[in-house]
Amino acid sequence: MRKRAFVLIVAFGLWPVLSLSSARAQRGEIYAITNARIVPITGPVIERGTVVIRDGKIAAVGRNVSIPAGARVINAQGMWVYPGFIDSGTTIGLTEIGQVPATVDVNEIGDFNPQLKAIVAVNPASELIPVARVNGITTVLTTPRGGILSGQAALINLDGWTWEEMLVKAPIGIYFNFPTIAAGRFFDPETFQPRERSFEEARRQREERLQRVRRLLDDARAYAKAKRAAEAGVPEGNAANARDRQPFLINPVLEALVPVVEGTLPLIVAANDDRDIKAAVEFAEEQKVKIIISGGLEAPKVARLLKEKNIPVLLGPVLSLPRNEDDPYDSTFTAAKQLYEAGVKFAFLTNDASNVRNLPYHAAMAVAFGLPRDEALRALTISPAEIFGVADRLGSIEVGKMANLVVWDGDPLEIRSQVRYLFINGRLVSLETRHTQLYERYRNRP
Amino acid sequence: MRDARAFAARMWGLAVSACLLGASLGGSVSAQAPSSGAREEVTLIRGGTILTVTRGRIENGSILIRGGKIAAVGRNIDAPPGAKVIDATGKYIMPGIIDCHSHIAIDGGVNEGTLSVTSMVRIEDVLDPTDINIYRDLAGGVTTANILHGSANAIGGLNAVIKLRWGKTASEMLFEGAMPGIKFALGENPKRSNFTPPPGTPRRYPATRLGVEYTIREAFTQARNYMLQWEEYERRKRAGENVVPPRRDLKLEPLVEILQGKRLVHAHAYRADEILMLIRLAEEFGFKIATFQHVLEGYKVARELAAHGAGASTFSDWWAYKVEAYDAIPYNGALMARKGVLVSFNSDSAELARRLNLEAAKAMKYGGLSEDEALALITINPAKQLRIDHRVGSIEVGKDADLVIYSGHPLSVYSIVEKVFIDGQLYFDREADLARRAEIQKEKEALRARERGAERRPGPRNRPPDEGTEGNAEHPLPPGPGKEVRP
Repeated sequence: MRKRAFVLIVAFGLWPVLSLSSARAQRGEIYAITNARIVPITGPVIERGTVVIRDGKIAAVGRNVSIPAGARVINAQGMWVYPGFIDSGTTIGLTEIGQVPATVDVNEIGDFNPQLKAIVAVNPASELIPVARVNGITTVLTTPRGGILSGQAALINLDGWTWEEMLVKAPIGIYFNFPTIAAGRFFDPETFQPRERSFEEARRQREERLQRVRRLLDDARAYAKAKRAAEAGVPEGNAANARDRQPFLINPVLEALVPVVEGTLPLIVAANDDRDIKAAVEFAEEQKVKIIISGGLEAPKVARLLKEKNIPVLLGPVLSLPRNEDDPYDSTFTAAKQLYEAGVKFAFLTNDASNVRNLPYHAAMAVAFGLPRDEALRALTISPAEIFGVADRLGSIEVGKMANLVVWDGDPLEIRSQVRYLFINGRLVSLETRHTQLYERYRNRP
Repeated sequence: MRDARAFAARMWGLAVSACLLGASLGGSVSAQAPSSGAREEVTLIRGGTILTVTRGRIENGSILIRGGKIAAVGRNIDAPPGAKVIDATGKYIMPGIIDCHSHIAIDGGVNEGTLSVTSMVRIEDVLDPTDINIYRDLAGGVTTANILHGSANAIGGLNAVIKLRWGKTASEMLFEGAMPGIKFALGENPKRSNFTPPPGTPRRYPATRLGVEYTIREAFTQARNYMLQWEEYERRKRAGENVVPPRRDLKLEPLVEILQGKRLVHAHAYRADEILMLIRLAEEFGFKIATFQHVLEGYKVARELAAHGAGASTFSDWWAYKVEAYDAIPYNGALMARKGVLVSFNSDSAELARRLNLEAAKAMKYGGLSEDEALALITINPAKQLRIDHRVGSIEVGKDADLVIYSGHPLSVYSIVEKVFIDGQLYFDREADLARRAEIQKEKEALRARERGAERRPGPRNRPPDEGTEGNAEHPLPPGPGKEVRP
């Protein structure tokens, strides 16, 4: 009873106490979180430590840190400070209500849209964003999902007035729905009838799709070559006469693929079946492109290959049914442990939008089924930061990094734990959401 | 091809069960009084922390099971001679989880979506006891499930309450004596808001919430007339008249049972207005709604729900997958409970059902329920909602020995299910499951080799159906209740 009252005070009463609001907590504000157990992830736990936040960054962290003059002090006695968690695969910002097409900007028409940028359609005012962040998820990868090459994934912070303010890095990679061998019964939307697709037909269909991707990548390579030649001022072919030189014409679709064929931008390959993952790795070898596996629920079956080729996995959702009827009942729960034991680098994703907040519980289930807890925490923080090439800015509590910090009253993987303070980019963010507002309103209905 | 895999899965499950059931001859242990002459099996579970749900917790307690029932619960119970003893030191024991909204174990589709009133169809007729999801949910601590039709129609079909007696036949899985029920649905799904009919087919009535109300009203008007016809017939027959009986109507008979208080209504509903609408309609016809299912805006009309006496069986935290779920809040369960509504958390998903214990914990996080209140959401409360609380839902003497042994506290994310008993029989044992994996793998390889020998190519895969509400067919986002509207 007493505890419940306490929790409610925590959830709704701290703002007036601190008399802080998002509006006032500007980038110029200096904060000191004191007396906290700090979990930096990349170093040992600091008991009774202090974190100083200045100009959006972590200015100091440690046991004997002096508090700068003018800093707002948050006494985190008995609380834990963790880096903000990163969800490595969502559609947040691109979708509001799943079944209302007007609010969903995830699946564009056409098979090949590598030129589409997720970031330009992220809705900073989405009600889904506060709901996700108040459970300690501060950063997400948000991706288009349509067709075969869906578009460019963006890494965003879950706070900002505009999508520009939310942006951490884009593009992270191009989302690639790896063509799967979809044999068996399926619902044919053309005829509105269930129909059987033979294995042969399914295999042909996959091969045909892959062939189209190969052709597109060939075109991109030719385009890149022509573009480099144009930039270097070397005339194409044997027409050495400068007067014959044509102006170089931009092709936005091929332009988007130049960094892919040059090996600087990965394809984020959505694949769960071991057969598809294996085929994707072979495809990447043959095409000399970098890939990241997204989904990867059967990645443990090809873990040795992934380790050998140094391919990371954005794993999840852990909380899924086993892929096959005859898989062990806990195959999705143990996948993370198996990847860890095989030395494969991995991070967690929800593939969700409205329930991104449950990301920690996907990791927790992996821990319950054998993944060391520290590894689960890494897969929520520093590992995705490394995979996405932002480990210099995100993913741990270290001086100079972006201050994405979450103060918890307990273990963040335990459902009962509450977030008490939340910093994104050094800003103290309100814990209010659509849900807390509705709760307050109807709780007080006479 | 599919059969080979399915066969392997079945054999695996059956083998595990057989190994668990030992020499119980494969007969189901009658949950009624054991037949005379049958040797009563006696088991003692010793040394664990017992979460009774209704009577607090017992540290270092013991549970004596005799003839499938809980014979004794307490601190110091000695093992009777011949009893099987299970050491649960350091473990937690709680009542089997009851999932008040499930669609597992159904062969074929869950919706008879052709008509708006399909009270003539029955889940019981299409139970598939070999659905692997039964075993998976059992492995998540679920022992009883309310198997319902989907929500494509205002009045759907007749439900079946089952115990997850994996390895038994469909009829042996039925929960003996459970009160019969029926599925209703309101709002977007019976309106077919998110469903495109095949080209050239007319839209199905109703298409508005007004029409849904009328569809149900019309059905009950017919049912009442039908009931009066039969009463008239019986009256005249008793008076010795030579009368022709009315024509039997299998659609109306279940509705008459509702009017007579013999059948429970489980109504899929989201919005506050439609919840209130059905309450008032039921009151007008003189019956009660047993449970509102999903009931995501229940918190807005908690007072009315409590006054009517309807139970609320909701999700912990699903929201925003469709318009009528946009005001759903994770505080819903706790808020309704605080206002006197009998609340349970259900799964509506074979996947979610594997971790309802953790869903219950969310009611502590969002709204501050106590430990016992949270555990009640998935045990005694759904038992009460299904009118089977005299048999299951808590650890009390005389109740069925449906028990789950967890490695730690069931409300902690780090705890896993180790053993599950139904009627005192061990139906899931993680240790046995793990021990058999190598053997099963070998068997699978052998089957695959045989298959390759026959076909010279790898075969297609069985996949769970795509249940996504968003995303595309190959990359669905997690399942949501929207799957119920799938054709």
